Amino acid sequence: MRVPVSWLRELVEIPATDDVDAIGVRLVSAGLEIEDIEVVGDIQGRLIVGRIVSFDDEEQSNGKSIRWCQVDVGEANGGVRGIVCGASNFVAGDLVIAALPGAVLPGGFAIAARKTYGHVSDGMVCSGKELGLGDDHSGIMIVQANAVVGSNAQDIIGQADQVFDLAVTPDRGYCFSMRGVARELSIAYTSTFTDPASASLPAVAAGDRAGIDDGADRIVISELTGFNPAAVSPDWLQLRLRLLGMRPISLAVDVTNYVMLLTGQPLHAFDSTKVSGALRVRRAHQGETLTTLDDVERNLDTGDVVIADDSGAVALAGTMGGASTQVDGTTTGILLEAAHFDSVAIARQSRRHKLSSEASKRFERGTDPQLPAAAAAVAIALLVEHGGATLVSVSEVDQRVATPAIAFDLQRPTRTAGIDIADSFVIDALTSVGCVVNGSQAVVAVTPPSWRPDVTDPADLDEEVIRLYGYDNVPSRLPRLPSGRGLTAAQRIRRTIAQTLANSGHIEVLAYPFVGTSELDDLLMAADDERRQLVQLVNPISDEQSYMRTTMLPGLLQILKRNLGRGNDDNILFEIGATYRWPVGHHLARGADVVRPAVTSRPSSDDQVALQASLPIQQRHLAIVMSGQRERSGWWGKGRIATWEDAIQSARMVAQAAKVDLDVSVNHQAPWHPGRCAQLSLTDGTVVGFAGELHPRVCETLGIPARTCAVELDLDALVSSHVAITRAPAVSGFPVAKEDIALVVDNSVSSAILENTLRDAAGPLLESIRLFDVYRGPQIGADKQSLAFALRFRASDRTLSDAEVVQARQAAVEAAASVHGAVLRS
Amino acid sequence: MSAPNKSFDPVPVAALQPDAIAAAVEQALAEIAAAGSLDDLKAVRITHAGEKSSLALANREIGALPPQAKAEAGQLVGRARADVKKALEARQAALEDERDAKALSEERVDVSLPWERDPLGARHPLSTISDHIVDVFVAMGYEVAEGPEIETEWHNFDALNLAPDHPARTMQDTFFVEAPDAGLVLRTHTSPVQIRSMLDREVPIYVVCPGRVFRTDELDATHTPVFHQIEGLAVDVGITMADLKGTLDHFAIAMFGPDAKTRLRPSYFPFTEPSAELDLWFPQAKGGPRWIEWGGCGMVNPRVLAACGIDPDRYSGFAFGMGLERTLMFRHGITDMRDMVEGDVRFTAAFGSEL
Repeated sequence: MRVPVSWLRELVEIPATDDVDAIGVRLVSAGLEIEDIEVVGDIQGRLIVGRIVSFDDEEQSNGKSIRWCQVDVGEANGGVRGIVCGASNFVAGDLVIAALPGAVLPGGFAIAARKTYGHVSDGMVCSGKELGLGDDHSGIMIVQANAVVGSNAQDIIGQADQVFDLAVTPDRGYCFSMRGVARELSIAYTSTFTDPASASLPAVAAGDRAGIDDGADRIVISELTGFNPAAVSPDWLQLRLRLLGMRPISLAVDVTNYVMLLTGQPLHAFDSTKVSGALRVRRAHQGETLTTLDDVERNLDTGDVVIADDSGAVALAGTMGGASTQVDGTTTGILLEAAHFDSVAIARQSRRHKLSSEASKRFERGTDPQLPAAAAAVAIALLVEHGGATLVSVSEVDQRVATPAIAFDLQRPTRTAGIDIADSFVIDALTSVGCVVNGSQAVVAVTPPSWRPDVTDPADLDEEVIRLYGYDNVPSRLPRLPSGRGLTAAQRIRRTIAQTLANSGHIEVLAYPFVGTSELDDLLMAADDERRQLVQLVNPISDEQSYMRTTMLPGLLQILKRNLGRGNDDNILFEIGATYRWPVGHHLARGADVVRPAVTSRPSSDDQVALQASLPIQQRHLAIVMSGQRERSGWWGKGRIATWEDAIQSARMVAQAAKVDLDVSVNHQAPWHPGRCAQLSLTDGTVVGFAGELHPRVCETLGIPARTCAVELDLDALVSSHVAITRAPAVSGFPVAKEDIALVVDNSVSSAILENTLRDAAGPLLESIRLFDVYRGPQIGADKQSLAFALRFRASDRTLSDAEVVQARQAAVEAAASVHGAVLRS
Repeated sequence: MSAPNKSFDPVPVAALQPDAIAAAVEQALAEIAAAGSLDDLKAVRITHAGEKSSLALANREIGALPPQAKAEAGQLVGRARADVKKALEARQAALEDERDAKALSEERVDVSLPWERDPLGARHPLSTISDHIVDVFVAMGYEVAEGPEIETEWHNFDALNLAPDHPARTMQDTFFVEAPDAGLVLRTHTSPVQIRSMLDREVPIYVVCPGRVFRTDELDATHTPVFHQIEGLAVDVGITMADLKGTLDHFAIAMFGPDAKTRLRPSYFPFTEPSAELDLWFPQAKGGPRWIEWGGCGMVNPRVLAACGIDPDRYSGFAFGMGLERTLMFRHGITDMRDMVEGDVRFTAAFGSEL
């Protein structure tokens, strides 16, 4: 809402010494947020009304088109001047505002005669925005025909002024008007407020041209005749519209807009000759259509509220008028509509038709039901004065019900704020915002003012009282909390994991969780892959990524590519985040089947379960991608490229940090290399992820370096199986006996499985076992490998004898031979 | 002439002459001093202190002397041998020092050489600041609550006093999950976690909820469709705005130092009443301390308590929330939202694991 200071001063008493900043402080304290303060009309030099005598359209080599205009600015200002103009919203004969050389426009924009596009442009033809009048920069500003060529245009654009641009919160619909803002300011100043909507309708004959079936509780239809269709709005009215960001159109339309900006009551003017019978507010009929003022034919919904005459719907109520009944350059008879529509109905139809107007914006937030008659009175006076119209009848239907009073404990604001606020202050504050307070006991009856439909609860009254008391006067105090339990084990472990990765060369990234199906194709994901149970978005940012991720890899690989493109060659990236997917064969509840418990009490446990069940599966995953050097090259020697074993090692580190035993076995999933992928599982067999090298085709398709490696883990599953309490090891002080064994086995034998066999067979004396060498080559034959293990034996209670060690070692070797066909390498 | 005495040599021995001994000592000392290396000194030691050295031979002759000459000669030889031994030890120590000094000097390295073989990684600064804030509140006794990112409209809107036709609902540009009438959205704020906390926990409730939220904004220098908030909720007997103010002041000081403070401005959120915008007095601001818009807060709307089955006549609560991106931007002088989104390792690596 744009609010000029000059206009505010007309409506509320403001100390003359208070400048725009001081007024701003009061507005902020009233809960109005200032987005901008604009200086307008601050123009030096000559700003003159000119007439476009003629112009030539000239195509420029850069594709831009300009107009070389001859502009008559009056004899006193040098007669006809040549001016280059980039706009094309005018015709010869139009009156415009020309800034002559030497003029300085708002923002210090100095005008000089200068050579441009092959002409000397002797001034500038101005747009509203260039003059500081709103944001209209769609073309130059066209002045009404009654202006005098050569006259000072300052009279049209007004004197220097400041305009607040206020952000109005949804509860304060009444502040989409000068009346509302001025009233708030008068409360903040505790000064006099002049209500611009206090006039009553002239006494004329009661008409029968209004009706309400549904969708409103009040409508006032005023019929005017003898309206001069050529009448133009006075300069002051046009200026105010421009200052508030609207463009003057015609007197009838300008007056309705002006009254809306002044009072907050949207009005609509119908051409009475195009209306047959009474204007009734009703719901649209099945199959009914309406062409609105924007020339869109709209199929109406039976929930829509319309204004209809005998022929059918002629306006989408409180939203936009109809084309068939609009006022135009021949209109002499006007039916002026002022109504109080149902806010929810207007909100719904505005959304349904994707049609948000100045009127709907106000109605959906709730308007003052007392306004229709008062606002109509203001508008009628202007139409009579400037349009020569005569009011012949007023038709009114009024079905308003009284606003219920709120039972209010005067001590409530004290309990809410945490500081003593006297009952007398509470009563005064409520009265000052327009409430009527009845009763003298501890609990009073408070009737909120008609313009505050947002005030319905005792808590709303708390806010009114406390904001007037001053949020700055609320003390600062700390509550006494019960003792907390700290982070949960899962929260702690997730942190440890992230920190462990960060401490070992991994860099955390946070990718957007949006994916497209082509990204899954690129990862060679099969049609029946569970990761294709995608959750789709109705309104994605990009149609190429209209789904939520089921795997972290697309986002991570995208970030990898971005880094590579920026010359960051070595990347070890990780991300912890949610993945989302529907369970296979899920049923999506829609429309009336969706569980929407009432919000007046706690939902039943059935409803809570149903709400939870309607959500997709959302698992926290951890993923890593690595490409380039794991160990860097340098003066110390050559570096080492990250390989599949680094990926698996990162996964092991995650498991260690989480205190989880991870089984690494041979298996694979897209998008990994079938021969270089480890399946990672918990000891109970639950698969929690994969790690290794990506499939060569994936790297090729994505344009990332060959042999890029990746890990993806179901972090929730991993973390939930962590060891709650680690058992301390028994550290023996007796001597260790070391034995190395090298076993020749088939290439297909997994080292991890062989190691398990050895460990089991070696028995309890085995303290540790470690694979220290893998050899494949001619000495042991094709399809064979030699795996060498270092075994350490130790007892907790004695020094082991040679015989004991030999026996344990022998048991291990024999088990390897019988289970895996291993042969001791000689 | 006396009868021959088998037990000692009656003949005076030249080696035992004081002059001879003195000469031997003098020569030994000279050669010890001249020894240029430990090997040289080893040879000198054999010559002058070895078994065949003149002093050793002289010592052997003492046994043949008459008893009273024995003591005298013993003293003489003993002193001479001690002198030589002492000189040898001293020279040995000197030569060893020399050798060690030389070796240490030769082994010197350039300790200023860079070592970047295993570069450290880093947390994303949004994660780090989230943990930081969480720690401040956990220290006060709060616990960390979590909730899903795809959320029901009921949790995200309805229960928060945002009825389907509420004008504020369109203020939050919402991502809807297909189908449009399935009642599922990407949560537009962390506030649905308030609802989950109140449904799942017993009063008193003190929780913070950090997390990822979504609005349909295109990515530019100041907007991103995916961002992070942290939310705080307290529900207890007798919770007041003063408690809210004190908590926010404490939080501000923990994050921005002892000069930080907060200011509340009247505002509107459907889920709080009274509501306020939260401004932070930011002492480290570039160009001098100033007020910065930080977040929103207020007293939990009694309607929200009721929707969660908490008696608003018995309990009250406060809630507050702020954007982590915004907090990070002004705290660390980040001028472009995209830096936090794009995942450029140079940006993240600069933060390491602490802010």
